[in-house]
Amino acid sequence: MKIAVLSGKGGTGKTMVSVNLATAAQRAVYLDCDVEEPNGHLYFKPENLTEEPVNVKIPKIDHEACTGCRQCVDFCKFNALAYINKKIMVFDDVCHSCGGCAIVCPEGAISEWDKTIGMLLSGTSESVEVHSGFLKPGQASGVPIIKEVLAKAPGEGTLTLIDCPPGSACVVMESIKDADYCLMVAEPTLFGAHNLAMVYELVRLFGKPHGVVLNKCLEGAPNPSETFCIEQGIPVLGEIPFDLELGAINSNGEILVRAQAYFAALFSELLLKVKEAAARETAPDSQR
Amino acid sequence: MKIAIPVDENHAGTAVCASLARAPYYLIMDTVSNEMTFIENTAADSQGGAGVKAAQLIADQKIEALLTPRCGQNAAEVLTAAKMEIYKTEYPSAKENLIAFSSGLLAALNEFHAGFHGHGGH
Repeated sequence: MKIAVLSGKGGTGKTMVSVNLATAAQRAVYLDCDVEEPNGHLYFKPENLTEEPVNVKIPKIDHEACTGCRQCVDFCKFNALAYINKKIMVFDDVCHSCGGCAIVCPEGAISEWDKTIGMLLSGTSESVEVHSGFLKPGQASGVPIIKEVLAKAPGEGTLTLIDCPPGSACVVMESIKDADYCLMVAEPTLFGAHNLAMVYELVRLFGKPHGVVLNKCLEGAPNPSETFCIEQGIPVLGEIPFDLELGAINSNGEILVRAQAYFAALFSELLLKVKEAAARETAPDSQR
Repeated sequence: MKIAIPVDENHAGTAVCASLARAPYYLIMDTVSNEMTFIENTAADSQGGAGVKAAQLIADQKIEALLTPRCGQNAAEVLTAAKMEIYKTEYPSAKENLIAFSSGLLAALNEFHAGFHGHGGH
């Protein structure tokens, strides 16, 4: 079962929730798709590390063989090619690596080279298998790396936590595409509720079963995100308190579940509710 | 000499368009025949890479000088390869800039932005 953890903004607690849910499980796979700033590995400190580069294909022009027919320029829907002074120019950052230019070239003047845009770091941390994607600074899109991270997902039987990038853009869509269930993390502020509404719209658009975990909750204080959930009828699966000790453990890069029995119980209960909700809503006879 | 300017509308009284790659039209002035023409910018509604495509379009018109308020890095790379001179517009209307250019009053544009890539700039 694949559970994507997402939120409309950064800093709501996606990584804290996904790292601790993975740790609370008997056995789990943690996939860090927040490739622009992956930080799950800072908590897991995985061992037996392996590193793989992630490459994309970029066209390479044989200027001798090119006759200047411009079919490649006209074909490229991303406008990554130009023909100036009888020479094709390639714009790597605009290229989406579709390979179409090499196919349409009647002279066979286009081949492709591998451009490294980032890497995939894999290892283990006790019972958790950890895979993290890293996008190289300055690269245009993390989507190819997210695809590689998601390819590490095991079969149906193993619980997989997908730590998504913040927001609701392409990289998030790519991360939740194959998820069985979407867990949205929300803060108790008006801004938090606004960002929750954005990801809620996205998960509904994708038709994904979903629920919310309310983070940084203060007892007795108003919670606009909770109000939003009640109004929209979104199931709230748990609440995480705004707690000094929790903040201290977490900001020291420790895993709450491993540090404190109280938090182990809190995340085990949340995990149970998430698994139940996911099993119920993804059942074949579901009315969703 | 042929001069191009990104413009909002396709008539002589048009204002200069704030964007080079997303301008709806380009005004083309032929200083030999003193003829003014307009071409539609087919790059304007591109999802991405509008700068590359727009620069290709302008280069294909055999333009020697481009007058524009700003220009992205990708477009500048194409235009520079095409040996085009790029000048910075100083006035709201296309006409004023053409007069200023013919009097040698426009300076070369040498700051190229990294592109907005769908994130504002309009």
